Amino acid sequence: MPEITYREAVRDALSQAMRGDERIFLMGEDIAEMGGSMGVTSGMVAEFGPERIRNTPISEIAIVGAGIGAAIQGMLPVVEIMYEDFLTISMEQIVNQAAKHRTMSGGQVKVPLTIRTQGGAGWSPGAQHAQQLESWFVHVPGLKVVFASTPEDVRGLLWSSIYDPNPVIFFEHRTLYPIKGQVPDELEPIPLGKARIHREGTDVSVIATGRLVHEALQAADEAEKDGISVEVVDPRTLSPLDEETIVGSVRKTTRCVTAHEAVVQGGFGAELAAVIQHGAFDYLDAPIERVGAQFAPLAFAPVMEDFCVPHAADVLAAIRRTLARA
Amino acid sequence: MTPVTQVEGKPRASTGTLPKKRLRELFREMLLIRRFEEKVEERFRAGDLPGFLHVAIGQEAVACGVCEALEPDDVIASTHRAHAHTIAKGTPVNAIMAEMYGKKEGCSGGYGGSMHLYDVARGNMGANAVVGGGLPQIAGAALAFQLRKESRVAVAFFGDGATNTGAFHESMNLAQLWKLPVLFVLENNGWAESTPATQQLPLAVEEMAQRAAAYGMTAMEVDGQDIEAVVEATRSARDHAVSGQGPVFLNVRTYRFTGHYVGDPQVYRDKSEVRQLRETQDPIELLRARLGMTGEEFEKVDAEVIAEVEGSVEFAQAGTDPDPADALKWVYADGTMEPASREHSA
Repeated sequence: MPEITYREAVRDALSQAMRGDERIFLMGEDIAEMGGSMGVTSGMVAEFGPERIRNTPISEIAIVGAGIGAAIQGMLPVVEIMYEDFLTISMEQIVNQAAKHRTMSGGQVKVPLTIRTQGGAGWSPGAQHAQQLESWFVHVPGLKVVFASTPEDVRGLLWSSIYDPNPVIFFEHRTLYPIKGQVPDELEPIPLGKARIHREGTDVSVIATGRLVHEALQAADEAEKDGISVEVVDPRTLSPLDEETIVGSVRKTTRCVTAHEAVVQGGFGAELAAVIQHGAFDYLDAPIERVGAQFAPLAFAPVMEDFCVPHAADVLAAIRRTLARA
Repeated sequence: MTPVTQVEGKPRASTGTLPKKRLRELFREMLLIRRFEEKVEERFRAGDLPGFLHVAIGQEAVACGVCEALEPDDVIASTHRAHAHTIAKGTPVNAIMAEMYGKKEGCSGGYGGSMHLYDVARGNMGANAVVGGGLPQIAGAALAFQLRKESRVAVAFFGDGATNTGAFHESMNLAQLWKLPVLFVLENNGWAESTPATQQLPLAVEEMAQRAAAYGMTAMEVDGQDIEAVVEATRSARDHAVSGQGPVFLNVRTYRFTGHYVGDPQVYRDKSEVRQLRETQDPIELLRARLGMTGEEFEKVDAEVIAEVEGSVEFAQAGTDPDPADALKWVYADGTMEPASREHSA
């Protein structure tokens, strides 16, 4: 099994899919010669040419809207929104158009569009380049929402997203691009809607997404030193959600922590908590703890940014609270 | 009649190339739209129709003229004022009326309503209830055609109000940058809902082609009350777009004889203005005069289209109500997109 970075895994999924299918093309800001602001599409214009690796104007409405139109007309576009903060600019096209065409047309239309984007704190970009907005999209029927945390997952999930007949908002995390992980020799598509149990445990389940999967795994290692057995589950697809795996985990462990980098209030952890309390009410031995960012626009100074977003220590503290060992 | 005019270059007179027979058919289509919209106004006021409606009475020549110049494979995106475009692109009135009634037999299966009329098989990518919302998608459809080297155009209908949206400007910019085969059809009626051009446009109505000039886009000035002028302009614009020269912006001057929505008391507008427009600018009356139709001939066509519209109401009323739980049927498409076949593989 080769070891590649998360960044390489994204590029590999895109390149392999494009080699085999001329319907697939990429559009986004600075994705051609520059290779995207995160270097994900680096080198791809040399292989596929500027027709299929398309630099766009700074026009998030048109990038997403043109992706929708091309998708309806039989293409499989992958558009890149440079920072997920800028999804807000294309929100109308995503929420009113991409998500609703199929229903409004009575099933005449499919929108097989993939919107790749990235974000996240940890490098002091300030309040407009570091948000985690995934929960906004989970609220919209008609959209699928994916948030991959490892090289293997990001590669397999991106392939499935490209071939999904629905609009998929595909979140990548800024700080995960350099991480390395083993991937299968052959690209194996990972079906949307299937969670991954990263680590089995018996005392408490941590349901984590994105960067917090790695923080949770670190916290689990720490907890183990105290004899606490932690199960770490990554939903990977936030909508549709693999409720069975998540509820099953909490029924087994009887305690639960949700963890994401996005702010706690109205965050995806709230949805998880609701699903879990309904599905595992009689099993719960402690209130569900939610870990996430402080309720504030992210401040620039590294010390303030660091204070706002959650880390392994916050996950560990939450784990201890569920066991009344705080 | 104002001749078809290229913004830059000499005015061109309408050449009258449409055969009389075809013009008569277009007359019938415009009258069908008029009677259809009068009927939906009537049925809405009678409380038969849910939701709310916008009619395009006065603008029929734009819809019919543009669609006449298109090929069957060309696609359109319409607006909240969608009935005329949809009929002109070929959807039977029965299916549209059934949609007004929220029936399964409707052109959107009862899921869309007046503002979301779709007929994908006939190249109607859908009417859009967000002003300007369909424009970027039309650019994307045109991009698909360009990438596959298909000789097709994508047509966006929109009003002057939409030219103030970001979606309009981003779509114009992208289409011109990439020379996409798009026709931007501005149905310039001088109103953004209740707000007159003077309060929402920094340009005069007749200066709106400057919007295109800003992007280096070819523009045409078109009299939207003259269907022949609309057909000719659209044909020439279509030729330009499919030849790879890029999109064309058509500033189609037209008039909305009614309020923004059915039931709009139009407190913002002088009643005599509407009366005068109806007397002097009715595209149906103008074509009738050009065709030299006798009263008898007119009555015959009128009786036919009225019967067709009445038939559509009966069809719709006899239609099937959707199963309430079918509201959930189309939220997601199942399965996966088929992988590319070997022949299409790179």
